Amino acid sequence: MPPIVEIAGLYKSFGETQVLRGVDLNVEPGEVIAIIGRSGSGKSTLLRCINGLERFDSGAILIKNKQIDHDSAAAMRELRQQVGMIFQSFNLFPHLNVGRNIMLAPKLVKKRAAQQGEEQARALLARVGLEEKFDAMPDRLSGGQQQRVAIARALAMEPAVLLCDEITSALDPELVGEVLRVVESLARDGMTLMMVTHEIGFARKIADRLIFMHQGKVHEMGPPEELFANPRTPELRQFLSSLHS
Amino acid sequence: MVEFTLWDILRNLLLAARWTVGLSLVAFIGGGLVGFALLIARLTPSRGARRLVSFYVQLFQGTPLLIQLFLAYFGLALFGIQTSAWTAAALALTAYTSAFLSEIWFGCVASVPRGQWEAARSLALTFGEQLRHVILPQALNIAIPPTVGFLVQVIKGTALASVIGFVELTKAGGMITNATFRPFTVYAAVALIYFALCYPISLTARALERTLHAAHR
Repeated sequence: MPPIVEIAGLYKSFGETQVLRGVDLNVEPGEVIAIIGRSGSGKSTLLRCINGLERFDSGAILIKNKQIDHDSAAAMRELRQQVGMIFQSFNLFPHLNVGRNIMLAPKLVKKRAAQQGEEQARALLARVGLEEKFDAMPDRLSGGQQQRVAIARALAMEPAVLLCDEITSALDPELVGEVLRVVESLARDGMTLMMVTHEIGFARKIADRLIFMHQGKVHEMGPPEELFANPRTPELRQFLSSLHS
Repeated sequence: MVEFTLWDILRNLLLAARWTVGLSLVAFIGGGLVGFALLIARLTPSRGARRLVSFYVQLFQGTPLLIQLFLAYFGLALFGIQTSAWTAAALALTAYTSAFLSEIWFGCVASVPRGQWEAARSLALTFGEQLRHVILPQALNIAIPPTVGFLVQVIKGTALASVIGFVELTKAGGMITNATFRPFTVYAAVALIYFALCYPISLTARALERTLHAAHR
């Protein structure tokens, strides 16, 4: 099977600051990828480039063999149906209840019928353990619950890849587990995942491949056990030791 | 000499107040429509459109309404377009209102967190869908109090149309004063009528704000 995401020679600057400096990366279907690295190493920017929230300066990103083209609105709409995104700050729509948060995009983009949309939304809520919250407003939910709704909302579009941008960083420590369990179940079900995370233990547990980003490049990558056991570069060694202290 | 009763004064003022209300409505509906179009133009990614709207807004915010009225009345005549005081006043007030409303609404849209746009975009919604289903409903809540507050400004602003000879409440007050020589009585009545128009609107604004806020909880 061809890679689901292909990234080649990706460069991106914000003004003078070079954030991505030649990223090359392929992601296979069903693969779970954890991206780690210091803040400012370009992890989040990389994810945001993959679903077109951020334009890149040069290089290419292909999703299922289709190139990202910011100048074609239709192509971007097509692309974003393939790539789901979950944000650090949840970004649920505060004026819509949980059910309508989930049903909005399928209704508008995929023209899904109301009843079918509701069935799907209820099924997805059950999957993230929130079946009783269909009618709740987002601000009535805890952070962990909101993030699980955000996951359900992204899944409703049936994406081929799910991008998770530090999705537990805004959560109280006791709520992190419930969100990670959902992500873990997605991984088990064969979802292709790319997650930027600070939960190193979790990354180690579920990732097929760990990517260490440093100064805008993929500095090291490989199976988690291998990277943890013998980091090849001093930068990764230093990063890992800084986590334990 | 004819004696004017208080009722005579009041009745004539009330008749003239219809024009104040009419002019306010035209300004507000026209200004609202144009202002909304300007808002959308300002939100599109096109830099040219954004600059143009910005300039328009600055122009009308940076000049007195009185001068805008003069320019509409005398300026159009220069181009050979004969305008009545009513048309000139309606045009000037519409333009003035549209500039302020688009500015107010733009601020409301800008106060919706960026993450809302990004979430909507990442769900493959088009720009129009993002606006209609995600951004504008949230901006609306924020927009109601300042919008209604500005409506009150517009109603009071129509008084300036008297200087180009448009007979609305203020102009009528002047004319009646000239006939009755009772300026205090007349202008007190004028003030009361303005207050009677504006106060309920302020009250409505507050009530609306509360219900919207409550619906949101």
